[in-house]
Amino acid sequence: MSGFLFSLLWLLTALAAAPLLLGVINRTKAWFAGRTGQPLLQLYYDLWKLLHKGAVYSRTTTWVFRAGPIVGLASVLVAAALTPFGGAPALLAFPCDLILFAYLLGLLRFFTILAALDTGSAFEGMGASREATFSALAEPALLLGLAVVAHKTGSVSLSGMFSGDAVSAWAHAGPAILLVAGALLIVLLAENARIPVDDPNTHLELTMIHEVMVLDHGGPDFALILYTSALKLWVLGALLVNVLLPARTGFLLFDGAVALAAMFGLAVGVGVIESIMARLRLLRVPQLLVSAGALAGLAMFLVLR
Amino acid sequence: MPPIMTAVILLLAGGFLALLTARLPRLSTAFGVGGAVAGCVVGLIQPVRVLAGGISEAWLRPWSVPYGSLSIEVDLLSAFFLVPILVLSALAAVYGQEYMAAWRGRRSTGASWFFFNALVASMIVVVIARNTALFLVAWELMSLASFFLVTFEHDKDDVRRAGWTYLVATHIGTAFLFALFLLLGRAAGSLNFISFGPAPAASAGVLFLLAVIGFGTKAGFMPLHVWLPEAHPAAPSHVSALMSGVMIKTGIYGLFRVLTFLGPPPAWWGLTLIGIGAVSGILGVLFALAQRDVKRLLAYSTVENAGIIALGLGLGLLGMSYGDLTVAVAGLAGALLHVVNHAAFKGLLFLGAGAVAHSTGTRDMDRLGGLLKRMPRTGSFFLIGAAAICALPPLNGFVSEFLIYFGAFKGVISEQPAIVYPALGLVIGLALIGGLAAACFTKAFGIVFLGEPRSESAAHAHECGRAMWIPMLALAAACAAIGLAAPAACRLVIRVLGDATGMDAFALDHVVSTLTSILSFVVGAGVALMALVIGLVFARRRLLAGREVAHAGTWDCGYLKPDARMQYTASSFSQPLARLFHGAIGTKIRSAPPKGLFPKTAFFGSELVDVFKDRLFKPLFLAVESGVSRMRWLQHGRLQLYVLYIAVTLLVLLIWKL
Repeated sequence: MSGFLFSLLWLLTALAAAPLLLGVINRTKAWFAGRTGQPLLQLYYDLWKLLHKGAVYSRTTTWVFRAGPIVGLASVLVAAALTPFGGAPALLAFPCDLILFAYLLGLLRFFTILAALDTGSAFEGMGASREATFSALAEPALLLGLAVVAHKTGSVSLSGMFSGDAVSAWAHAGPAILLVAGALLIVLLAENARIPVDDPNTHLELTMIHEVMVLDHGGPDFALILYTSALKLWVLGALLVNVLLPARTGFLLFDGAVALAAMFGLAVGVGVIESIMARLRLLRVPQLLVSAGALAGLAMFLVLR
Repeated sequence: MPPIMTAVILLLAGGFLALLTARLPRLSTAFGVGGAVAGCVVGLIQPVRVLAGGISEAWLRPWSVPYGSLSIEVDLLSAFFLVPILVLSALAAVYGQEYMAAWRGRRSTGASWFFFNALVASMIVVVIARNTALFLVAWELMSLASFFLVTFEHDKDDVRRAGWTYLVATHIGTAFLFALFLLLGRAAGSLNFISFGPAPAASAGVLFLLAVIGFGTKAGFMPLHVWLPEAHPAAPSHVSALMSGVMIKTGIYGLFRVLTFLGPPPAWWGLTLIGIGAVSGILGVLFALAQRDVKRLLAYSTVENAGIIALGLGLGLLGMSYGDLTVAVAGLAGALLHVVNHAAFKGLLFLGAGAVAHSTGTRDMDRLGGLLKRMPRTGSFFLIGAAAICALPPLNGFVSEFLIYFGAFKGVISEQPAIVYPALGLVIGLALIGGLAAACFTKAFGIVFLGEPRSESAAHAHECGRAMWIPMLALAAACAAIGLAAPAACRLVIRVLGDATGMDAFALDHVVSTLTSILSFVVGAGVALMALVIGLVFARRRLLAGREVAHAGTWDCGYLKPDARMQYTASSFSQPLARLFHGAIGTKIRSAPPKGLFPKTAFFGSELVDVFKDRLFKPLFLAVESGVSRMRWLQHGRLQLYVLYIAVTLLVLLIWKL
């Protein structure tokens, strides 16, 4: 029963704290650049403001454009319910739930791309095309990385892999853990439109990927999209933290607090990566994503040896 | 006579009456459609009874053909394939009634309906035949009927060429089937399926390969797929739906049926099918992605889905050979369920593409756009089909792919390394196929139905009539229903499997309960997803109530005169992936880039070629032709010498017999 309560607690934490991750990333980047930077809670203020606005829709668009943000948020919410955190199982856990997890993110992407194409704008088409390309390459890396964890822990459910005694299976697989973590980190950066794949701060539509797809959304719709992005960063980050922190004390509250600290550590890490790296040329991004797959493949090789 | 034979007779009668009354187009259409629908409805009685738990009935009559008998049986496996065949045929007939009306008076639709009904009747006989002669006759009739349907617009050059490619390909496949069944029959001493028993290991391998090539040609396995992207776009759309949705599945049926004759599978059968499936799946979706013709895109996507089915079958065989029941059942069940699912969504997508072509007169995606506003029903149904084929939850495509993934992940955590490696390959392959399919179908839907129309004809498109959209609605509903009834569908499929393969019923029960409980979680998550969507829709409506909701032009980044032609096109959308995989997709580019300060001319054109067709089959057939043409000196037209040939041949035979 306490397991269930903790699952619920961590899900609610995710829902509440996800926008804070972006605040931490932005503050880290500001610190590196020698600026004060925006407040940590800036995204909350933005969401509040946007939710109080009206809406402007393009005359070209149809119901698909309006469905995009809603289907996107709904799918990432269900994905969040599938993500275990801090040693506690997820609210919804069953064998092979990782496939549902991956395809829910696929559903989010499918509707984001369609909403972008619905505007009839060349720029948004560009972003949609790039998103489709890069995510097609990120998906095998994500599933192969999770397959390594599945093989090592003998469980095919996210909660089974990352909670309870499955942890001991990781004890002798240090290098494999690091390789899988590397693969998942690349997937996380690519899926969440961070440097070196996409620059969230760019001001030129021609070079954008994610930002350009949502150019025409405004008001509450844009609030949904911003929140969806934050939550997506949270769930993929939680997977990475789960991989990197297999040690558990058995005290769910303590383990959860450690995982929470690790999440914000990860946000700082993403901020550092964004500060010290340049963005890759678009033609180089596929190579990065294939190398993520290669890292996961190498990890598989290590655990199968 | 069993009801299924009544159905066949009704279909043929309708077809003949349509042919006889071809001069009265309305009457002949009524006979054709009426016969098809009545036949399909009557035909459904028996398979539904069998699937609901009734016993399968065999029926046997002597037949004057040597070694032949009119031996039929509707067992669970046949019934499982019959239901999609009959349902999709009836819906395609209703759709075709309106679709073909455009040709009324210009071309004999009577003949077309005759061949349509003959195709449906022969597909029924193919899956219920229990005698080789009957099976092959029905198989050949199916190929010929569909050939005549494909060449309906035979005044067009490319249609004739497509028909020719199809005819050659299907007969090469049939030749392998002849060899297969003759070998099976020689070992058994009879050509009735019931006498085919487990073959000795050495010959079983040969039989397996013959079945994979013979049935794989029909099913669209690469590199035997070359007829599909020619024939599907050339045929009228309701015929494409039928051919892609269910006719190619008779190849899967045949392969599955023959596998039940061959005894326990060795591991290399599974590996072969996994290899074929991965190649067909990945290359199929890549070719699909690069197409501009929406029906050709769908045809290549059929190759992709045949690949997914082969992956499932291969995984199942691998599981069987290593004695891992969960892997075996999950793989085979996923493959069989995908057969039905693909019939539903691919039928839907072809009907949708047909409605677009019917209304705009073009299948070139770069000349379409903005159709969701002009054809709201067709567009919404097409979107459901597109989401289902991308295996997005909570629709049916997700359920079958989930089962295959489940088997593969069970293989990954297996103790036996021999399963782990192929299972890993399968996970990577399916993930890549999934990602590319999402790119392919966001393109197909997004370019055709969203944005602004890219041509005059697209701007003046109109919604299709009731006879065309109701079948699409039915198929879209089927996609959703199978997705929501996943545990029941899975239980049914496993019952079919158990009956066909003779797996241990007690052990199966355990797997069934595991899989159904998992699938009920999946359905639960799907329901939660839909509830969240509905909740968010209402929440947004509450938020926006009383606030200003304005309408404006699309943000054009400061550009003053945006134009529909500036939108991203189908070609530009897929360009990054086409470039990335240019080694696999053969794109020929002809371009003259602008030169100098005041360029006078510049053009860019790209053309897609099927690498297998161009680099494998073309040289092969040219070599065969040059080899055969050396024999021409025998054929000179002098009658006296021909008579001499006959006399010499008879003499040689006589001496040999002495």
